[in-house]
Amino acid sequence: MYKLLLCWRYLRTRYIALASIVSVTLGVATMIVVNSVMAGFSYEMHQRLHGILSDIVLEAISMDGVNNPQELEAEIHRIVGPDLAGLTHVVHVPAMLNFQVRGEWITRQVNLIGIDAQTYASVSDYGRYLLHPRNQEQLSFRLPDGGFKTHDVQSGAKVRERSQLSNAGWPYRRFRVQTQRERERFMQHFQDESTDADNPGLPVPQEPIAQDPFGIGPGSSPPSDPYAVAGGEEAENVFDPLQEQHTGLILGIALGSVRHKTEKGNVEDFFLCLPGDDVQVTFPSAGTPPRAVTDSFTIVDFYESKMSEYDSSFAFVPIEKLQALRGMIDPLTGQAAVTSIQLKLIEGADLNAVRDKLRARFPPQQYPYRIQTWRDMQGPLLAAVQMETTILNILLFLIIAVAGFGILATFFMIVVEKTRDIGILKSLGAPSVGVMSIFLSYGLSLGVVGSGVGLVLGLLFVVKINEIAGALEYFTGREVFDPTVYYFQQIPTIIQPLTISWIVAGAVFIAVMASVLPALRAARLHPVEALRYE
Amino acid sequence: MSNSTQVAARPSASSGAVRSRPRVESVARPADAQGQDQELILSARGLTKSYRKGNVELPVLRGVDLDVHPSAVTSIIGQSGSGKSTLLHLLGTLDAPDEGEIYFEQNRIDDLPNRSQDILRNRYFGMVFQFYHLLPELSMLENVLSPVMISHGVWGYWRRRKGFVERARHLLNLVGLSHRERHKPRELSGGELQRTAIARALISRPQILLADEPTGNLDRQTGLEVLEILRTLNEQENLTIVMVTHDQSIAREADRMVQLVEGRMEDI
Repeated sequence: MYKLLLCWRYLRTRYIALASIVSVTLGVATMIVVNSVMAGFSYEMHQRLHGILSDIVLEAISMDGVNNPQELEAEIHRIVGPDLAGLTHVVHVPAMLNFQVRGEWITRQVNLIGIDAQTYASVSDYGRYLLHPRNQEQLSFRLPDGGFKTHDVQSGAKVRERSQLSNAGWPYRRFRVQTQRERERFMQHFQDESTDADNPGLPVPQEPIAQDPFGIGPGSSPPSDPYAVAGGEEAENVFDPLQEQHTGLILGIALGSVRHKTEKGNVEDFFLCLPGDDVQVTFPSAGTPPRAVTDSFTIVDFYESKMSEYDSSFAFVPIEKLQALRGMIDPLTGQAAVTSIQLKLIEGADLNAVRDKLRARFPPQQYPYRIQTWRDMQGPLLAAVQMETTILNILLFLIIAVAGFGILATFFMIVVEKTRDIGILKSLGAPSVGVMSIFLSYGLSLGVVGSGVGLVLGLLFVVKINEIAGALEYFTGREVFDPTVYYFQQIPTIIQPLTISWIVAGAVFIAVMASVLPALRAARLHPVEALRYE
Repeated sequence: MSNSTQVAARPSASSGAVRSRPRVESVARPADAQGQDQELILSARGLTKSYRKGNVELPVLRGVDLDVHPSAVTSIIGQSGSGKSTLLHLLGTLDAPDEGEIYFEQNRIDDLPNRSQDILRNRYFGMVFQFYHLLPELSMLENVLSPVMISHGVWGYWRRRKGFVERARHLLNLVGLSHRERHKPRELSGGELQRTAIARALISRPQILLADEPTGNLDRQTGLEVLEILRTLNEQENLTIVMVTHDQSIAREADRMVQLVEGRMEDI
């Protein structure tokens, strides 16, 4: 009883000891904040990566791909058995993407992926990352007649409406082609008149004829547009961009847009091209040596996974078209090669076990396949995040350990100050263990108080982290969290009760350990010497 | 203070006879008869104790024998540095003798394990010191209760808390401090602190009270009040008291008086 009473009184009267636990409080709060933010980032990253990637990928090492995908798929079905939830095959190939913006050609390096519209969404959350609601339900490479989402649902309210997308699709395509044709007609007419009047050299008007709601500007069509001459005799046989589209292409959003901050601090996306625009893609053919194949595609949707690596490099086209263009279809058998087969497993299936079974069936010595889970494929990235979290935890825990030395020093001071009291207690019959436990309880109490306050502060910080970041930005004038970099409008956080329990328990443990030596010293004090202590 | 005056006034008339013939005797002789030993509540045989300062050994007690009879007030006198306090610390098991033996109710106690000595100090001995030695963080009532808090666990104490608090209040009332129970030691005078220390020493109903110069830090009047309290306790509750003092006039009030000179008991 006296231990608790004295411990409580020391806690209430020795403010220097409370000051010594401020570092414990700050350490615990910081660890909670860092772990919650890292967990939030990690979770978002995992979600997105897993949503984008299928569970297991069997990839051909050669760009020519696997020639007998049907047989391979049948074998995979047999090996994986009931764990298999979905399967698709894809062709991916490095490519160059070209499109025009205000008369200038833009070239981008892309990963061109040929996908099966019917099965690709079954192995990943692919549909979730497309902008058009119809494509989110069922993927299609047909250009939709408008109806694109203009609001960035994933980023929140601070991102402005994407007004450019409001008429994207066929309305935009028709408007663009008509405007372009009118402009060309006008120029042709003007040139003819100039020639007739023998008056060449009049300036060419630079303004668009109609008001341009899409911001595409003049000269947005290739100068060598073969469809510019409309209504001719061969009109029935030529491609009419007003009525037709090229093969559909789904473009990573960062390839076709630029995200920037407005003066008011809002995030805005400016689209360099829109669904309805035509692009040219150049990629290598199958076979040796590969030759460059170029074809035109029409952008039908944007892909926005919020992983900048993917959003700025992926372009999706129908697999049949890509196989045909690359010459991957055997003319004799009609069998089309694929470069990888992607598997989706049922919930709770052991990815590594299935991967190992497949590896055992298709050993690398015999089969030129690379078989990986999605975690294997993103191993370096996930390991880097994990490593970062671990190092931060070690560093922050060292802060608490330093605080432990503060407690130790303070406790030694208190034991010296309380030497006579210790003598009194011993003269009254208090055992050494009892005296020791006063100081251990004191250390425990300080640890609990310090960690408790740190816990509350840390949780409050995590809950209000975006408001705090905003306030910091306001006062310092420096951006704390740039959504144009992270593609998250808000700092993602996840409060993990187990991690927090470990942090608090660790801090309390350090506080108790720091009080062990002073407590031992107190317990070993000789009562007579302690009573005589001045 | 009014209570204190009452307590001090009550025994003075009745105790006058006792005090008029204090039994002063030399106890520098061992109790050789077993029957005589059985009458003793506390006894010491051949106690020696020395302290070491660097390479120099300073002998403090050089073979001290002492007999304490039940219900008697025994005073130990001697000059400063004669070893009075050391002897009291040895009797109260706060320190261990270099040689010699100490018996409490015919049981040797100087070689008991620490835990047993702790229990002995807590339940059988009451101790009062010259400098009061109250715990500054606790109120007067809590200071008085501290020995029972030490002897009982949290549950045991809370179960019997009412009885303990009642007794503590009774003792504070006995020493005239019932109105000071919520005060902290820094708010009280020396006399009040010493009276609180006496109340604390009595909370466990000890069999023997060891007082180390209980009036040494008090003025004469306050010292006399404290002595009256001790005398009252001795007479009304048959409390055995061993009191160390360097004041012969106080020592003469005791039933028995022994003198320590250069670490040895001597006849006065």
